[in-house]
Amino acid sequence: MAHKRRAMLIDPLVDNNPITLQVLGICSALAVTSSLKVAFVMAIAVTLVTGFSSMFISMIRNQIPASIRIIVQMVIIASLVIVVDQLLKAFAYEISKTLSVFVGLIITNCIVMGRAEAFAMKNPPLDSFIDGVGNGLGYGLILMMVGVIRELFGSGSLFGVTILETVNNGGWYVPNGMLLLPPSAFFIIGLLIWGFRTWKPGQVEDREFRIQTVEAH
Amino acid sequence: MPDKDTENRVTEAEDPEFTPEMNPPARDATPEEVPQKAGIIQRFLAMPTDSVAKTLVVAVAVCLVASMVVSAAAVALRPIQQVNALKDKQINILQVAGIYDPEVNVIEAFQAFEPRVLELETGTFTDRFDPAAFDDRAAADDPEISVALADDPAGIGRQSEYVTVYLLRDAEGAIDKVILPISGYGLWSTLYGFIALEENGNDIFALQFYEHAETPGLGAEVDNPRWKALWHGKKLADDQGELQISVSKSAPPAGDEFHIDALAGATLTTVGIDNLVKFWMGERGYGPFLDNLKAGDI
Repeated sequence: MAHKRRAMLIDPLVDNNPITLQVLGICSALAVTSSLKVAFVMAIAVTLVTGFSSMFISMIRNQIPASIRIIVQMVIIASLVIVVDQLLKAFAYEISKTLSVFVGLIITNCIVMGRAEAFAMKNPPLDSFIDGVGNGLGYGLILMMVGVIRELFGSGSLFGVTILETVNNGGWYVPNGMLLLPPSAFFIIGLLIWGFRTWKPGQVEDREFRIQTVEAH
Repeated sequence: MPDKDTENRVTEAEDPEFTPEMNPPARDATPEEVPQKAGIIQRFLAMPTDSVAKTLVVAVAVCLVASMVVSAAAVALRPIQQVNALKDKQINILQVAGIYDPEVNVIEAFQAFEPRVLELETGTFTDRFDPAAFDDRAAADDPEISVALADDPAGIGRQSEYVTVYLLRDAEGAIDKVILPISGYGLWSTLYGFIALEENGNDIFALQFYEHAETPGLGAEVDNPRWKALWHGKKLADDQGELQISVSKSAPPAGDEFHIDALAGATLTTVGIDNLVKFWMGERGYGPFLDNLKAGDI
């Protein structure tokens, strides 16, 4: 059992990553990765929300009528997100200012609902909590990787600490402005997925169709 | 105790991993006794999950619990949040006045300022509102004391007729700097900030935005200290009193002392700032107040 739970926590980091394998949560990964600090707080917030929403949903999973299960899940997830947002505003005001609207958008993050629907509805609370935390961490890992690339080459800094002195500040580095715009995260995530699947060929999806060779008449 | 046991039994009975060993029979409840003893919760849990009644009860119960959690968090944390927001605003006012020191307590340092509520149209102070309690943002939404702008270059929608300004006096009690709140639409968001003017009402000491959501690295460079430093020492109007200040790519004919260089790669944010500074420093903004200040009537 202990081994199984550890696997639940570790698997979503690489082998079953919500972003690179399940391709969920891309929208918010584009929006919050232009600065590492924001990406980090977002990763923690999503991990907490995924973990606890999975746990609470799992606790009442046998009482949720199938016809309104998505709504019940959304109510629980949305409430947790609002609580996280309120906590940030109270105890991390600076960061809540930079995250602004994105905290609210955790509600629409497909990972949270994906785990609730796919795992928490069928498994006991503790397992669901671990699964939720694991998936949150898997999401956070990719967020941080994308964030490092975007902040370092887009603003010349990491966590706001200058690494490459930019021209704007009298240095030598001409920042790559494209990396600060959301579409650049598409390229980076695409390259990451390519990298992951080259490393672990088992993640490559089967072709949906195969081009057939035509015999010469 | 028996109640709790029965409750657990129902939940686990539907659990796929349930084994009889996990759930010893309840201590002093024989099967015949359970239905009589069962309270509302037990009867509810035993209901078929997909029945209409259960659907309604679950929906109402979940909403009720969720709304209580959310309101409890909001109410319990509001005082801390308000303190944070106020402190953040005060730090920004201190910064724009150039007297912010992270070592010094913000509330104490803020005592240096004299907050006053200003009536924009006449450019004079009013005692109608208490400056400590006056909320500029709320005032702009209050139909009693605000107007909807038809011609709205700064993109603020509604403008309050009253604003809170902050006076910084020197040792002799004469006005040293005035800190005026400004706001306007950039590319993605309304920028809220302060402009600090010297006592002559024409020289800019500093400008700073404390709230915006412009693109990091491009529009958000409004927070870059190097760009903010460009504002220091610029003039609003020329000797004839014509407003000449301009934030643009190339210097206007009026000369360098009225020109702040645009942010590279952030044309729309720059245009927004240009518009909002011209709006607030003009006739419909602080124009009358600045005239009074120049005339020495304040």
